[in-house]
Amino acid sequence: MRAPVQRVAYPILVAIVLLALWQGLVTAFKVPHYLVPSPARVASTLVEDAALLFGALFNTLQITLLSFLAAVGVGILVAAAFVQSRIIETALFPYAVLLQVTPIVAIAPLVIIWVKDPTASLVICATLVALFPIISNTTLGLRSVNPGLLAYFRLQRATRMQTLFRLRVPSALPYFFGGLRISSGLALIGAVVAEFVAGTGGTGTGLAYQILQAGYQLNIPRMFASLLLITLAGVALFSLMSLLSRWALGSWHESETAHDEA
Amino acid sequence: MDETAAAVEILSAEKVYPNGTRALASVDLSVRQGEFVTLLGPSGCGKSTLLRMVAGLLPPSEGRILLWRKPVSHIELSGHRLGFVFQEATLMPWASVLRNVRLPLDLAGVPRAQSEPRVRAALAMVGLEGFAGSLPRELSGGMQMRVSIARSLVTEPTLLLMDEPFGALDEITRNRLDSDLLQLWQARGLTVIFVTHSIFEAVYLSNRVVVMAARPGRIVQDLSINEPYPRDPDFRVSQRFALHAKTLQDCLLSASTAGEEGALA
Repeated sequence: MRAPVQRVAYPILVAIVLLALWQGLVTAFKVPHYLVPSPARVASTLVEDAALLFGALFNTLQITLLSFLAAVGVGILVAAAFVQSRIIETALFPYAVLLQVTPIVAIAPLVIIWVKDPTASLVICATLVALFPIISNTTLGLRSVNPGLLAYFRLQRATRMQTLFRLRVPSALPYFFGGLRISSGLALIGAVVAEFVAGTGGTGTGLAYQILQAGYQLNIPRMFASLLLITLAGVALFSLMSLLSRWALGSWHESETAHDEA
Repeated sequence: MDETAAAVEILSAEKVYPNGTRALASVDLSVRQGEFVTLLGPSGCGKSTLLRMVAGLLPPSEGRILLWRKPVSHIELSGHRLGFVFQEATLMPWASVLRNVRLPLDLAGVPRAQSEPRVRAALAMVGLEGFAGSLPRELSGGMQMRVSIARSLVTEPTLLLMDEPFGALDEITRNRLDSDLLQLWQARGLTVIFVTHSIFEAVYLSNRVVVMAARPGRIVQDLSINEPYPRDPDFRVSQRFALHAKTLQDCLLSASTAGEEGALA
């Protein structure tokens, strides 16, 4: 990547071309809006149903953020436990993997039955989806300490806590931020999927619920508008995490310093 | 303090790794206070292993190592301190030069008000006064090594252990750092054990060169370099320098051929 202007301008150019193509094809072939709505139609729906859709977006984002925070908190604790001893890690890591590979769609109905509060049940499901990258990246990071520096800390008779906070935690940050980026997107996906599974049994207010309802009513433009909001929310989350990462690591880590040198 | 007192005594120290590799056969070596001793040998001769055992980073499998008649774990009882400089600068990439040099004082719980002037003094000793706020990645390899040396000097060590500290640097930078190191050694009355595989570095720096050989790691010669200090850069190209270098080279060659014959027999 060269200039930052191009980093923004090129993707926007692609978006404009695609949207124009889409609008052109829909208009030229007179595709009915209940099959594929034109971008203009989606935009006008977004404005007309703004109160409904943005309210739903707010609810979905709430679930997403709660589960993301929960995943970060639990993930850090589990990773810290893993690096304390190989025995803990060996004993428990397979279950972390188990959590990761079990499809959330399969567990969500159970969680929704077991947990009475609909918001809590959705947050639990989305947390389960978002958790693994935090655990695995933070564990890897806490272990990825320069062996020379670790020897130096031992030589200076640093305590376990000093080694953790002055050496392991800063060394883990680049990996941790990588985990945050993946996990923030997964939290959103988890929130939407859990809401789909919950259907009318859930909170009944999020974007996934709007997509379901719009589907029943064949209100395809509203489906598209909801989808657009979910996508934009995902991109916004990812950008936010990237900014956070650059702010924290920008001055010293290769992954971020490479931007201004390349 | 008695000038001839033994600072470091290595008494029949041996290192055998759990997998059976004999990194170091029984070694006896005594380093007097104020000496500059170099361990010279090919890779695999156990010179770094020996240095790490002196620092207490590795326990010897057999034998004992004493620093001023105390085991390394109780060196503070002798009133002496140990500094170690690694092959790489091993700096914290996220911390400024100032914070890197201050690290050993922070770990020991020295208050900022006391540590700050000591850090400034250590940086001045290695000629990096103007770089306290820089990050390691903004410095050249030679400057990073200077920071690493400042970090080891800030605790005011009396014994400095250096494990091929300038091995990764270009020759010009290395020569300059060697000269600076000699000045520091003289000015501060340090005892230095220096590990290198460079014959020229060994001759230029040392009072004594301990030549080591591999398979198993052992000491084959203990030679004095009887040349006055300060040694200026002209010494590097003098006849006497060449003679010392030749002696060391012959010694290394005969040790390695003897080792190979032993392996073939």
